[in-house]
Amino acid sequence: MAAPMLRWGCRGRRWAFARVDGGSCHRRGAPTGSTSNQIRGESSVAQQPLHTAQKTRKGEHKWAAVVGLEIHAQISSNSKLFSGSQVRFSAPPNSLVSFFDASLPGTLPVLNRRCVEAAVMTGLALNCHINKKSLFDRKHYFYADLPAGYQITQQRLPIAVNGSLIYGVCAGKKQSQVIPKTVRIKQIQLEQDSGKSLHDNLRSQTLIDLNRAVGLLEVVLEPDMSCGEEAATAVRELQLILQALGTSQANMAEGQLRVDANISVHHPGEPLGVRTEVKNLNSIRFLAKAIDYEIQRQINELENGGEILNETRSFHHKLGCTMSMRDKEGKQDYRFMPEPNLPPLVLYDATSLPAGADPQQVINIDQIRETLPELPSVTREKLVQQYGMLLEHSFTLLNEVGLLEFFQNVIKETRAEPKKVTSWVLNTFLGYLKQQNLAVSESPVTPSALAELLDLLDSRTISSSAAKQVFEELWKREGKTPGQIVSEKQLELMQDQGALEQLCHSVMEAHPQVVMDVKNRNPRAINKLIGLVRKATQSRADPVMIKEILEKKLSL
Amino acid sequence: MLGRSLREVSAALKQGQITPTELCQKCLSLIKKTKFLNAYITVSEEVALKQAEESEKRYKNGQSLGDLDGIPIAVKDNFSTSGIETTCASNMLKGYIPPYNATVVQKLLDQGALLMGKTNLDEFAMGSGSTDGVFGPVKNPWSYSKQYREKRKQNPHSENEDSDWLITGGSSGGSAAAVSAFTCYAALGSDTGGSTRNPAAHCGLVGFKPSYGLVSRHGLIPLVNSMDVPGILTRCVDDAAIVLGALAGPDPRDSTTVHEPINKPFMLPSLADVSKLCIGIPKFQFCILTFCYKEYLVPELSSEVQSLWSKAADLFESEGAKVIEVSLPHTSYSIVCYHVLCTSEVASNMARFDGLQYGHRCDIDVSTEAMYAATRREGFNDVVRGRILSGNFFLLKENYENYFVKAQKVRRLIANDFVNAFNSGVDVLLTPTTLSEAVPYLEFIKEDNRTRSAQDDIFTQAVNMAGLPAVSIPVALSNQGLPIGLQFIGRAFCDQQLLTVAKWFEKQVQFPVIQLQELMDDCSAVLENEKLASVSLKQ
Repeated sequence: MAAPMLRWGCRGRRWAFARVDGGSCHRRGAPTGSTSNQIRGESSVAQQPLHTAQKTRKGEHKWAAVVGLEIHAQISSNSKLFSGSQVRFSAPPNSLVSFFDASLPGTLPVLNRRCVEAAVMTGLALNCHINKKSLFDRKHYFYADLPAGYQITQQRLPIAVNGSLIYGVCAGKKQSQVIPKTVRIKQIQLEQDSGKSLHDNLRSQTLIDLNRAVGLLEVVLEPDMSCGEEAATAVRELQLILQALGTSQANMAEGQLRVDANISVHHPGEPLGVRTEVKNLNSIRFLAKAIDYEIQRQINELENGGEILNETRSFHHKLGCTMSMRDKEGKQDYRFMPEPNLPPLVLYDATSLPAGADPQQVINIDQIRETLPELPSVTREKLVQQYGMLLEHSFTLLNEVGLLEFFQNVIKETRAEPKKVTSWVLNTFLGYLKQQNLAVSESPVTPSALAELLDLLDSRTISSSAAKQVFEELWKREGKTPGQIVSEKQLELMQDQGALEQLCHSVMEAHPQVVMDVKNRNPRAINKLIGLVRKATQSRADPVMIKEILEKKLSL
Repeated sequence: MLGRSLREVSAALKQGQITPTELCQKCLSLIKKTKFLNAYITVSEEVALKQAEESEKRYKNGQSLGDLDGIPIAVKDNFSTSGIETTCASNMLKGYIPPYNATVVQKLLDQGALLMGKTNLDEFAMGSGSTDGVFGPVKNPWSYSKQYREKRKQNPHSENEDSDWLITGGSSGGSAAAVSAFTCYAALGSDTGGSTRNPAAHCGLVGFKPSYGLVSRHGLIPLVNSMDVPGILTRCVDDAAIVLGALAGPDPRDSTTVHEPINKPFMLPSLADVSKLCIGIPKFQFCILTFCYKEYLVPELSSEVQSLWSKAADLFESEGAKVIEVSLPHTSYSIVCYHVLCTSEVASNMARFDGLQYGHRCDIDVSTEAMYAATRREGFNDVVRGRILSGNFFLLKENYENYFVKAQKVRRLIANDFVNAFNSGVDVLLTPTTLSEAVPYLEFIKEDNRTRSAQDDIFTQAVNMAGLPAVSIPVALSNQGLPIGLQFIGRAFCDQQLLTVAKWFEKQVQFPVIQLQELMDDCSAVLENEKLASVSLKQ
């Protein structure tokens, strides 16, 4: 997923101000009237720097926000969790529906091995305890896209419990310092996704697509977060981990990763407040926005003498606010009961594996542990060690989809210093992408082209300003190589010492006053001369070389 | 020919004494003649004739698929049959045609069996009389037997014969009536609390409930998933073993089937002597007056059944078997425990019938919720709705621990009782199947479905809690000329041993064959052509 707007530190945002050094406190927000007022208010306070958040006037209450998350990740597998029908995004509606998926009477669930392995893998990557025995339950509710009238999930004894997720929050005045934070993972459970309801309000009908009944991993994060940014950063880290593992494509826009947030506010030292659940968060950016909005809404509500209802709220993207979901009113009792058609899910490790067990029939946790791929935190560490880059640069490289691969491909093909490559990829290349709102995969500049460009720079064939010019040309997608551009535009540095000396000589003769200034020890005068020479070379000369020649000629 | 056992008719087919098509037509004709029994909901005449034709070709080419090739069978209407309406005797599924075959149905068809039709039952198998289905009650063929009629003539109080017909028991009463009336050689029932054994006892048949996990439930429209087992109704134990041989085995579509490959076929040895056997009799069987509320001796147990039970025990003892009393202290809680577990699963299993995907849908369309409510009100009978209501109550968060979890614990205690009994050296347990012989319909409906189910399942139900194999064997006729069955219960997955003992017992008791000649005066041609002698061969 492209997340160009993603920020991974708690910068000043709207009304929520996160202190990263010790739980966040929320200052009383400006009293707000209608929803539209609140939204307009956003821009006026958005620029407030972080530190103002900690300044509270005497007698003013401090608020602390508590945020927990329930994350549903669609397991990337060829077939569904309990049936053999295929999984494919954007397949024609109801084209991938087995008799079981349609809940025809008499059909029974059969657990997909791949989904179990994905759950174990994810559990291991998130430092969870893997339960060697887990159970499936039925959760009942009537809804048109739930044809059985119940969802099969793991309520009593989930497959993985007690894990943790470490994510980095940016801090410091320039947001240049990364502080690791930990959120506890309560559990990971396997469950079946529902179908999809497509509401046609015009004809007041609802159409049901049952293609979606794929396997889900529900990851429950404990309420260890305190603002939208922290939640967003944690989710982004989880997303990277799932993608690294290949257990989920975790694309929020395609609904492969869905996040519900539980939010409450209270005064530090006092019991937790009543929480609301915010749903319908389909991008990381909206997640952060919705949480911060909801925190401030609750603060305002309480400050104005109101009370918080334990309710489900939906985030409205366009209005930028959360709204109560009326259809979820009333107490839901899901009438959980054990799923009688699935025996307990038993997993083994090297010590408990029965002798002569058919490897097709058993799942070995230790074997899965051995096949775990490199996780993002390790990748970042390696980048820092191998290329000497700053930790926050490694975060940026991983956070942008495809950027790390792009970087590594450039590194592979160029002789330029890694630091140079890092700087070009993160500043120039990423800057261009952001400016035009493009994903890495949509970039007009290939890794090879950038590598070639950096080689030209490294070999001092061109100057860095010429390099920028070449990059600009490359961006135009005219299919030319950097080498071609350099020769067409005659951007090579002048390597001919004699010619350059001749040029310097002419410039000095044409500007006797500047030469005089240099001799009178005006420190800036020499730069002016260098500039004049460079101009005469159409920027094709190396300033260092020019300076050497000038200094020699001026006998400095 | 129609009166023969499955094994006998199979031999006749192999020897070419009769062709599958001839056999099929005779059964179809008898089905029509006995339509008033209401045994079948759907008669799949065309399908059966086509299957018979194919079977006939195989026999001609000497490529018979085995003992079941060309054998007419019937299937309870809660097993999914591809292309054939499957109703569960409910308005909810009227007109529902499954696109797939239940595994057990498919296995029978793969063996060349002829599917005569889908048999009647209590709605969604909830009942013990086969009286509570939307297609009306099933009539017990014994109501029209010579044996019963002659006894009734001796009784001066006998009333209107036509309205005094007997129930079959249930809920697989249609399957029992179909086999009992010679319209097929074997039928599938389902057994959740005794639904196969109970009608077998009332209709003078062998009713076999295999071990849970031995036979696939895929395609069986569930009552209680954790207790449902496809059951087998036949005229003798050997026939049940043949059918079991075709059905048993793991099914990748049912995760609760056992993975160990099953020894096939289920050939039953003829026991020469029973002196190495140990028969367990649940305690108090000889106590007549006091403490009758405990365990298997319940006050409603008829003296005739009691006496036959004792005689059966004596028979084993006299033949050298060890007969011991065993205690099953928790089985008295079985019925109430079953009530909680059954209704809870029913509430869950019935949630899918919402009128959206298949089955009945009401005309109300003001909202989805209103549509659900009206559809379910129209689609389910009072019994089903009552169980859904109870089940949802037991599953409520505030009740779950007090009811469902406790019931599960009691279930474990009941299962442990059986384990303890078998660990003490018992090979099979012997109990009655039902409290008494079949009662007249008018008598039966004086009590409601719940009371009836509780009483009628009393001997059979605990077996389902424990997942054990059990078989009801017809023993003798009552004073009224009606069949009485006794139940043998075996160790889990020792189905073959259980049936072997049952076969020995069956041979000893020589249960009489039902005599339906009078009833079928107008179809006597069918029977007479078939050497009537074979029908009453064992008399």
